[in-house]
Amino acid sequence: MTVILNQSFTGISIGAVLLLIALGLTLTFGQMGVINMAHGEFIMAGAYTTYVLQKSISSAGVSLLVALPLAFLVAGAMGVLLEWLLIRRLYTRPLDTLLVTWGVSLMLQQLARDIFGAPNVQTSAPDLLTGNISLGGGITFANSRLFILGLALLCVLALTLILKLTPLGRRIRAVVQNRDLAEVSGIATGQVDRMTFFIGSGLAGVAGVALTLVGPIGPTMGTNYIVDAFLVVVVGGIGQLKGSVITAFALGVLQSVLEYSTTVSVAKVMVLVAIVAFLQWRPQGLYTLRTRSLA
Amino acid sequence: MLEISSVQAGYDRTTVLHGVTVSVPKDGVAAVLGHNGAGKSTLLRAAMGLIKPTGGTVRLDGEDITRLAPHQRVARGMAYVPQGQQSFPHLTTAENLQLVADGRPDGKEAVAEALDLFPVLSELSGRRAGLLSGGQRQQLAIARALVTRPRLLLLDEPTEGIQPSVVAEIEETILTLAGRGGLSVLLVEQHVGFAMRAAQHYYVLEAGRVTSSGEGGTGAEQTVRAALSV
Repeated sequence: MTVILNQSFTGISIGAVLLLIALGLTLTFGQMGVINMAHGEFIMAGAYTTYVLQKSISSAGVSLLVALPLAFLVAGAMGVLLEWLLIRRLYTRPLDTLLVTWGVSLMLQQLARDIFGAPNVQTSAPDLLTGNISLGGGITFANSRLFILGLALLCVLALTLILKLTPLGRRIRAVVQNRDLAEVSGIATGQVDRMTFFIGSGLAGVAGVALTLVGPIGPTMGTNYIVDAFLVVVVGGIGQLKGSVITAFALGVLQSVLEYSTTVSVAKVMVLVAIVAFLQWRPQGLYTLRTRSLA
Repeated sequence: MLEISSVQAGYDRTTVLHGVTVSVPKDGVAAVLGHNGAGKSTLLRAAMGLIKPTGGTVRLDGEDITRLAPHQRVARGMAYVPQGQQSFPHLTTAENLQLVADGRPDGKEAVAEALDLFPVLSELSGRRAGLLSGGQRQQLAIARALVTRPRLLLLDEPTEGIQPSVVAEIEETILTLAGRGGLSVLLVEQHVGFAMRAAQHYYVLEAGRVTSSGEGGTGAEQTVRAALSV
């Protein structure tokens, strides 16, 4: 029982990381349909923002708290720049977008190597997040993992509220559903695209901050997560926030349970096989919106 | 009010409009009639800026708006109800209207006025637009266009494919709107009877060219029918 609980929590915490890195993609890929291969590098930018801040602010706790909004702004600004410079010219050409953003991703990795050096760097976690919470009976939760779980849920809540309740959220959803109709309804769709990209990329930056708590920071750290992030969005159902949430946690728990009974690599393969089988059965993903007409 | 002069437009390398000139008088209704494929919808799309004309100009109150983006034309008082009862299907009825009202100082009143015109929408405010019937969606589309408080309304076959009981209601509303002043209408219609009842001017479009035009009114109905049957 203890093993199951511990393993489930590990799974949920893997899911929280997955969710956090996929959340930005639910906007840029899920809502806008842009395959942005440089999304992983926005995660990296968020992580390096934390690293740079920790060098200038000695308190790990303060620097982490400052890093969260700052990483959001840094990665968001990078996203806006990428959208404005390149992606907006390629909206009708998804394959070109994929290639171009992949090129940008490589350039950003090299830029990070030039600025910070090729070896991985590390930040120190605040004291509060280094320990474990013990619930007795051998069940322990790592504080840093709980923090990431809380952060992921907070981001989901914030994103849901923005999309559902704010004028910007209404505009984002409207542009996704019918771009021409949004434009003739008086919405400046180009601006909405930029704002969507800002929030989506900014969330990648926040994910980058979270990842500094569980692993090293390096120029290619984003690449390690980007495929998983795309998988979460595709399996969850493109454009569906709740699908991504459920999928992230389901994949996390599946990975963790399989890892326990096999090895990390075998578990990874089995998760991928499960995803392929699932998508054969349900190509549209976990959730799709049903309407009388999509007009 | 709106002057479309010698406009050429099309899609990719296919030219659909070959120098079309149409004008909408201030506070008046102009109707464009024609068979399927004549270029009626393309004309409205070009007037609204959804496609860029390759020749000719579009002027609103004398200002050349040919190169403006559609949302900039909306800001200048134009509104457009496209063909096919288009809506934002995953937004609720209320959100479809609120979306347009957002950021407008008179947004709340404009939504209330639009709902007064189509009371059925108030009852459906929480329902996703994609789940409404065709007639309800068209009422929503017109209401949404009106929330911008337009001076010029472009309507593309507003009663096409809608159940007869709602057609009469929509036609009455359009006539009411056009009759109360302050709004000009460019109406694309297949129903000659309704178009001629509403319009002071008509244009018959055939293969991307205006082949006949004149004063509207029910008296001109036979002339238009004859022009269309050629």
